[in-house]
Amino acid sequence: MKAYLGIDVGSVSTNIVILSEAGEVLTGLYLRTRGRPIEAIQSGLKAARESLKPDVEIAGVGTTGSGRYLAGVMVGADVIKNEITAHAVAACMLVPDVQTVLEIGGQDSKIIILRDGVVVDFAMNTVCAAGTGSFLDQQAARLNIPIEQFGELALQSTNPVRIAGRCTVFAESDMIHKQQMGHALPDIINGLCEALVRNYLNNVGKGKEILPPVVFQGGVAANIGIKAAFERALGMPVLVPEHHKIMGAIGAAQLAAEKVAGTGQTGFKGFGITELPYHTRSFECDGCPNACEIAEIYEEDKVIGRWGARCPRWDVI
Amino acid sequence: MPRVTFPHVAESYRSFKMLMEDLGNEVILPPRPSKHTLDLGVRYAPEFACFPVKILLGTYLETCPKGVELIVTSGGVGPCRAGHYAQLHKKILHSLGYPVDIVVFEPPRLYPLDFLHNIQRLNPRRMSYRAIYECVRRAWRKLQALDNVEKLTHKVRPKETIRGATTRTYRRVLEWIDRAYSLVEIEEAERSALEELQKVPQDPNRDVLRVGIVGEVYVLLEPASNLEIEETLGNLGVEVERSLFLTGWTRDNTWAETTEGLTVKEAAMPYLPELLGGHGRDSIGNTVLYAKRGFDGVIQLAPFTCIPEIVARTILPRVSEEHNIPVLTFFLDEQTGKAGMTTRLEAFVDLMRRKKAARRPA
Repeated sequence: MKAYLGIDVGSVSTNIVILSEAGEVLTGLYLRTRGRPIEAIQSGLKAARESLKPDVEIAGVGTTGSGRYLAGVMVGADVIKNEITAHAVAACMLVPDVQTVLEIGGQDSKIIILRDGVVVDFAMNTVCAAGTGSFLDQQAARLNIPIEQFGELALQSTNPVRIAGRCTVFAESDMIHKQQMGHALPDIINGLCEALVRNYLNNVGKGKEILPPVVFQGGVAANIGIKAAFERALGMPVLVPEHHKIMGAIGAAQLAAEKVAGTGQTGFKGFGITELPYHTRSFECDGCPNACEIAEIYEEDKVIGRWGARCPRWDVI
Repeated sequence: MPRVTFPHVAESYRSFKMLMEDLGNEVILPPRPSKHTLDLGVRYAPEFACFPVKILLGTYLETCPKGVELIVTSGGVGPCRAGHYAQLHKKILHSLGYPVDIVVFEPPRLYPLDFLHNIQRLNPRRMSYRAIYECVRRAWRKLQALDNVEKLTHKVRPKETIRGATTRTYRRVLEWIDRAYSLVEIEEAERSALEELQKVPQDPNRDVLRVGIVGEVYVLLEPASNLEIEETLGNLGVEVERSLFLTGWTRDNTWAETTEGLTVKEAAMPYLPELLGGHGRDSIGNTVLYAKRGFDGVIQLAPFTCIPEIVARTILPRVSEEHNIPVLTFFLDEQTGKAGMTTRLEAFVDLMRRKKAARRPA
């Protein structure tokens, strides 16, 4: 049986999906990146291989996320696609008539507008509203509440508290002030959820026509407090798909399937790469005053990828 | 000979250098803005000032230690704070112990006497106005040649079959124009430069998207400030048309407004009837014109905190919807990480390709 591998390497999580030819999720893994994407990819692939039935053959592989190039050169990806396309494709697979995709991950927040299954507009956070997922993580840790319970607590709120949401530094200091004033924790957390939603809609969703069905995905979609805040702010139901955390990887696997259907072959290096040593090295290019910092990734002793250059000087490997 | 410098705006320094030297000044060339320039600018400029102020200040701080006596720069039209920035730069440079003076060129059609006075300050040889005119004419022709060659790279790059070939050829032919001096030589150099660029191996059948670039003048013109967006787009198979070139901008701000300038104004009228300084109105007008000319998309480049571009940014979604053209905005600041920009550009290119494919009859 043929299957397709999708890898989404983000700032907070590394997700690995194995998709059947019918588009079913055979394996869906959500792992913490912990700032070490290479290890996360290797351990994720190991776990994915163990979960596979023996008759399954990987016929294509796609990567996405901020670590897509790194993952791409490591596994020999057939497609390396950005997060917008991957998320839109995945949302369309699960909710075919979707018109709006809200996506909040660890680092980036995005909105994707689709009409008749085609992306017609998108936006990503520019200045503030970056790092929403990481910020929620950090606040949960500060308050010593498991992140999974964060949203539930918000729903227990009875008394609204307004938290400044323009940027997370302001939000944190405002939260601390409200705590010192003695507000109940659920009210403060609910206020925070509303602030983040307000900031998202003003910053990322600004000027975009949000029409239903609205799909909310990304790691933050697990937070039912944020989902409820979105529903209140938009005045329409918001769908959170079952695999909301790994939608990027699902999209990448689907894109790989589409690509391979055309070419008929895959560049996948096989699961053996989980055993190989990888390391990166960087140096400053002295070719011009830009002094670009070039990063190189080595598989054993061989350079397999380079990035960071502003010119094509280091492109040939 | 007075030692003179000026801001680094892409390749235009080649023309300014010639002009300043002809008038009898010693030119201290501004380096291409780099990480070091940015560090200096960010350290000494007010935090809330816009990106061009920081780069310019950094550039001056790189040239001033070489004994610059006079900085030549342009002013600002309308209620944009760029008009004050030359004075701000002067004050900061003085406070850092550089006794420099700044000559600010405002549009001559608004301040003719000021213009003539400035010319005299840069004319230590006391040349006649007729002789100055001849020098300006040659510098102007060189500037046009530089712009024309750059425009051609935007067409050739998305079709090149060897990656980086256009940029390499461009670097080489720029030197030919740089060395040309008389009008005849400049024209000759331009002609051969254009021919040489056309010789870059190209794939004529490649499906190329067309994108218009609008926004604030400095971040539009200086590739070091916009993370070489035009080259990045070219490599993604996109032909860019920049709404602003130094020659066009200068024409609009010297004697009379050109028909192009007036058309842009007219196109922006239904959305923004006011001049709000900078290029806010032009960004809107040009977006409308690109949509009418059937472009696949528009990219707006704006310095972070630039009021005219922020105003334009809030109006552009309506223009985008009414004229059915995708618009992507980049706010540029001292960030040097290019990955975020690349992600957005790739997604934008994907979007335009799918849109184009959907439009095409099956």
